[in-house]
Amino acid sequence: MSDEPVLVVSGLRKVFGAQVAVDDVNFELLPGKSIAIVGESGSGKTTVARMIVGLERPTAGTITACGRDRSKPARNGAERKSRGREVQIVFQDPYSSLDPRMSGAALVDEVLRVHHGGDPEQRGRRVSELAGLVGLDERQMNALPRALSGGQRQRVAIARALATDPRVLILDESVAALDVSIQAQVLNVLADIRDQRGISYVLISHDLAVVRQLTEEALVMQRGVVVEQGPTADLLDHPKHPYTQLLRASVPGPGWKPQRMRERLLGAEVPAS
Amino acid sequence: MTAEVLTPVTDLVTTPTRRRGLRGVGVIGYISAGVIAFALVLAIVGPFIRPYDPNLINFSYANVGPIAGHPLGFDGQGRDLLSRLMVGARTCVLGAMFVALLSIFIGTSLAVITAWFGGKTDTSISGVLDVVFAFPGILLAIVAAAVFGPSLLSAGLALAIAYSPYIARVLRGAAIKERAQAYIAAMEVQGFGVWRLCARHLVPNISSLIVAQGTILFGYAMVDLAAISFLGLGVQSPTADWGVMISEGKIGLLQGYPLESFSAVLCIVIVVSAVSFLGERLSERSKQGRS
Amino acid sequence: MTSLLQVRDLTVQLKIGADLREVLTTVNLEIAAGEAMGLVGESGSGKSMTAKAIARLLPDGATVSGSITFDGVDVLALSGADLRAHRAQVAVVFQDPRAHINPVRRIDDFMGESLRILSDVSKEEASRRAADALEEVGIDNPAKRLRQYPHELSGGMLQRVMIATALLSEPRLLLADECTTALDVTTQAEVMAIMDELRRDRGLSMLFITHDLELAGAVCDRTCVMYAGQVVETRAASVLHGDPLHPYSAALVDARPDINSTADRLLAIPGRPLSAFEAPSGCRFAPRCGYSTDDCTSHEQEWLELAGGQVRCGRAAELRGTLRGGAHV
Repeated sequence: MSDEPVLVVSGLRKVFGAQVAVDDVNFELLPGKSIAIVGESGSGKTTVARMIVGLERPTAGTITACGRDRSKPARNGAERKSRGREVQIVFQDPYSSLDPRMSGAALVDEVLRVHHGGDPEQRGRRVSELAGLVGLDERQMNALPRALSGGQRQRVAIARALATDPRVLILDESVAALDVSIQAQVLNVLADIRDQRGISYVLISHDLAVVRQLTEEALVMQRGVVVEQGPTADLLDHPKHPYTQLLRASVPGPGWKPQRMRERLLGAEVPAS
Repeated sequence: MTAEVLTPVTDLVTTPTRRRGLRGVGVIGYISAGVIAFALVLAIVGPFIRPYDPNLINFSYANVGPIAGHPLGFDGQGRDLLSRLMVGARTCVLGAMFVALLSIFIGTSLAVITAWFGGKTDTSISGVLDVVFAFPGILLAIVAAAVFGPSLLSAGLALAIAYSPYIARVLRGAAIKERAQAYIAAMEVQGFGVWRLCARHLVPNISSLIVAQGTILFGYAMVDLAAISFLGLGVQSPTADWGVMISEGKIGLLQGYPLESFSAVLCIVIVVSAVSFLGERLSERSKQGRS
Repeated sequence: MTSLLQVRDLTVQLKIGADLREVLTTVNLEIAAGEAMGLVGESGSGKSMTAKAIARLLPDGATVSGSITFDGVDVLALSGADLRAHRAQVAVVFQDPRAHINPVRRIDDFMGESLRILSDVSKEEASRRAADALEEVGIDNPAKRLRQYPHELSGGMLQRVMIATALLSEPRLLLADECTTALDVTTQAEVMAIMDELRRDRGLSMLFITHDLELAGAVCDRTCVMYAGQVVETRAASVLHGDPLHPYSAALVDARPDINSTADRLLAIPGRPLSAFEAPSGCRFAPRCGYSTDDCTSHEQEWLELAGGQVRCGRAAELRGTLRGGAHV
């Protein structure tokens, strides 16, 4: 495995009307590594994810995946598909992210057919392989989404994203909507996949414990700007920026007591929202 | 591996593409579907199984009531009423179906285009639709008859164009909602083309609403087509058609022989009611949404 | 300690289509005056249903057995004016404030209305009290906020409005149903701090419903853990985390990633959380439990007193102290 970064984001900026949603985001992601983008609602973290996968067009800056620029819209179908083989995404809501009319097996099969064609038998083998990777059995893969639980649906979504064999997987709050016991299962599955495939993750999350569990590096965003960036463990154990400190201090845990901390840590200029 | 235990779920469907069909429409829904199916079969085979020639005039039987071999009797020109009803189903039912299908096709296409591209495309198409929306179907059909000459085809095309904005408006909202679903975004990221996404995923997911709207329009189309034929601008006499029969029967009606008009009216009322009941049920069901 | 609220063997079935579906089975719960009780569980565990039953907000066609006693009054028998009086005593704050506020009416209207339903006060008096209440929940410039519409306020602000409104009727019990779940963490801390202060100042009891065991532990005196429509453990919040009695409580603590360290593998609980109606007989957690025996699956588990708490697990005494760290995997 080379040490060339699989994803390079530099000077990324997005403006909606008069509002700057994302300003000057920079990071590099090496193969098999994971980076977290941490922030609260309105921080711009999801906009960054959408720009990386091409659902939003950056106002300025560049995104390079596997050495190829993807900051402009794809020129043709072939380019669109080749981008699909570089970066994939798993969304937050397991209920809306699957076509309700199609079973997991059919969904994955369609992706394989679009990308590789091939004979049905070969695709069938690949579908079972992906199902095994995310821990779903044949019956679950053949069931319609509405017969599956949230955790099972999210596994199908992961299997579908992995079907193109991407180098980078964006996890946009992908475990946030899951029950605690299911969240742990899915996080373990994600860790296993990384070990086996050498895939890289970009984890978009507000949950610092999940961030700690899955990533080595993290960016903290507040109102479109990266306020702190560094190794995840350092960042959580010794937060430097007041906002990171506030985030860290807001997480309940043994011995934690809720306090009105905003003003103390951020000064009066931040409106309590 | 921490495989989840899949507990038995009652509505576990194993054939993934199976349509929901008529499930959940109730007894009235089933009866309505039966009536519609009967009307459709009649529309297709009616001209082949009619007992007599529907256009054979015999004035000695004019306005004669039911007799042996002629269970509905004769019209004002002595033509066998039952045969005329059976043949008349064709233009009436198939014509309405043609109108419903065409307006669904136009309406759905416009709805999906506006939902997908949004922005200026949406504004301009919606603007044009609002203008078309302002013209009643029958008015448009009269204009079409004036321009292209009275015929079923011009009346049908005019109605289909007039109905399209109804469909487009209702479906636009549903299509916009579907367009915003994460599964569509996920497939865009996979590199799927717009055409495939719309045809294979977006439209099938609003299909229950399309079917519901289509059935309702089918009913309207039947009444409007009959009205246009009644006015003499659609199907032309002596072709047997329910609308034409109502029109021709009005003389008999005044003379105390109501059977011709009444039997045609009854046929239209029964089919239209069945279609509205079914459409209502289907649209009720689609509103309940997917679980 | 006298208990303000007593729930005994509460069993609730809801009408879903033609069937009755059980959502709660013999729930036992007791809240003392001034006490904060956490109610923790995963989806389908019945925690929201418990709150709805207490506030008498269950959907039509629900069958209820067992008893709910509030301040000595049988809640299940109430109707008419008595029921309204009960609801004034028991205030509810829901997860999604936007779903519970009329979007086309001003905050002033919304808050004033709930006040004037309860007592005969003038419009001016209602506005004044609403402004005071907003100030209490830490909202600056309440006069301005009262003139605004719900969409002009952020989620955190709106949730504070809901809390202020809930407190207007001077309730004795606050039912907080996932009321901070939809908020950002920093806002959650802020809202929790405010709720905590107000609650202590007024000696208000609270039933705090959440999926977050750590949050419940931090703001509550005791925590109730629910699974598949049953309460499986009630324990002092301070000890639940370190010394859980029920294998499910322990597994729930273990499954959560730790913000202070990275685990090699998380101790996930196999399977998925069940709802009451789909749960097996015997111990409902048994299929997912690493400690289950034949006895667990063949017998209903008793509601036992143990170590200052209650637990629904026959092996609790024997297993105590060994549960954390996950022999269940």
